[in-house]
Amino acid sequence: MNEAPPILALDNVSKVFGHADRPVYAARAVSFALHSGRTLALVGESGSGKTTAARLIMREYQPDGGQLLFRGTPLGKGDARALKAYRASVQMVFQDPFSSLNPVHTIRYHLERPLRLHQPRLDGAGRTAAIAELLERVKLDPALMMAKYPHELSGGQRQRISIARALAVNPQVIVADEPTSMLDVSVRLGILNLLNDMKAELGLALLYITHDIATARYVAEDIMVMYAGQIVEWGAMESVLGDPRHPYTRLLLSAVPDPDRPFAETPPDSELSRIETIRRQAALPQPEVQQVAENHFIRPMPE
Amino acid sequence: MSDPVLSIRNLDIDYVGAETDFHAVKNVSFDIAPGEFFGLAGESGCGKSTIAFAVSRLHRPPALIRAGSRILVGGRDVLALDDEELRRFRWREVAMVFQSAMNSLNPVLTVEDQFYDVLRAHGKITREAARARAAELLKLVDIAPDRLSSYPHQCSGGMRQRIVIAICLALSPKLLIMDEPTTALDVVVQREILQRIDKLRKELGFSVLFITHDLGLMVQVSDRIGIMLEGELVEVNDARTIYRAPQHDYTRRLWASMPKLHGAQIRQEAGA
Repeated sequence: MNEAPPILALDNVSKVFGHADRPVYAARAVSFALHSGRTLALVGESGSGKTTAARLIMREYQPDGGQLLFRGTPLGKGDARALKAYRASVQMVFQDPFSSLNPVHTIRYHLERPLRLHQPRLDGAGRTAAIAELLERVKLDPALMMAKYPHELSGGQRQRISIARALAVNPQVIVADEPTSMLDVSVRLGILNLLNDMKAELGLALLYITHDIATARYVAEDIMVMYAGQIVEWGAMESVLGDPRHPYTRLLLSAVPDPDRPFAETPPDSELSRIETIRRQAALPQPEVQQVAENHFIRPMPE
Repeated sequence: MSDPVLSIRNLDIDYVGAETDFHAVKNVSFDIAPGEFFGLAGESGCGKSTIAFAVSRLHRPPALIRAGSRILVGGRDVLALDDEELRRFRWREVAMVFQSAMNSLNPVLTVEDQFYDVLRAHGKITREAARARAAELLKLVDIAPDRLSSYPHQCSGGMRQRIVIAICLALSPKLLIMDEPTTALDVVVQREILQRIDKLRKELGFSVLFITHDLGLMVQVSDRIGIMLEGELVEVNDARTIYRAPQHDYTRRLWASMPKLHGAQIRQEAGA
């Protein structure tokens, strides 16, 4: 999408679940690239394959077709050491701040573990200093936080801990899967701003996965719309949101709650059959790519 | 204005603790008119669900409604109902769609049996008549009658949610309470369901008490909105006005914390 070589790229990656006679494509010929200092938003409804894309990047799934390229080098099946090095560069922030921290361990323990694993040369004092720095980076008070347990923190504070834990290994890529959907509106912006600051200060490449298009617009420069395992439309945020071309993108955007637009009183019966048609068509393989603007592409639906 | 369907006056609810009580709802008063779509917004812990439970008297200890509180539904004092009156009052006067209601269907009963269960509990009805009524209700939420023989796991999440709504409408309640009814669903299905409810309440004339943390959605679908902060109702107004010209500072900060879909983005944090 821009000139500098990407840090991480997916090249025609597919992932299939289910029986051979009834395959379910969770990813079908998915290609995209993550660049340093940029955020790419991946949006789509539940079951569209967003989380599968995240798991492919995290190497929790092996692709059934295509490949991942890290700094231009294809990633093989990989031995344990290569996987560990990769994990030090690519980190994930999960959706649920209540289940992604271990309730029996302190915050200090959560942040110390990645440091022990990935920076074995740091001594105890060095680690304490590093943990304090991480907590300050996510705007939490180290003196107050280190000895606390997860249940003593609010959802927003826990999500900050998750981000600090991801930052502990000095990653180049962060995959954030719905990091704010379980938080109250008033703390959401704080987390989104933090991700934005990290991106700018540390030159991180960010993949922001969400079904909330308004927050995607808030943090990301580029957007991809996924449906039934395929990226059906992608490009610069304002171009895609301002001039959506794919019928599924239009359907999705029309359904996003928008306080500036009155509630559409379309007769649901005709609307339902229209939605049905779009969904059926959009789920078929759409191999063609069509460029509609300088940085804006779609895969047109088959007739 | 005609007599309100729901009238809440000076509602005080405490969660009683061993040492201190938590004052969850503080002196809240509001009305919902017949056919009105009323939205109640606020953050986790502000007391909005506590109010919803209190209206159908589903609150359980340690929640305690303090003396002096009044809840009237169709002019009747809900807090004075005895057990038998309460049994008849629920479903018939006030029905409630819970958060993640799609998981509140009984997994071992067919859709038809779930309807029969409710209809039989609230009046004498034959199997035949119940089946006919269930088919009629499913039609309201755009589900084919052949689904009556399905089990919940054979239906999609959106479909299960619509079935729950249809069951809630079985006894033609005056007030439908929906506590985060669509949070587990994607936006396209969410819109479908809310459009359906909007259409039904205009046809059937019931009122809706709608609780959500999705402020954009609330502004879109509600006639009037109440904003809650730490147990208090800080602002009530019609949806357009409260969105365009919020009076309370907290309402303003809530709106400011919503990322925008178009136009300039305000990059500031709402003070929590």
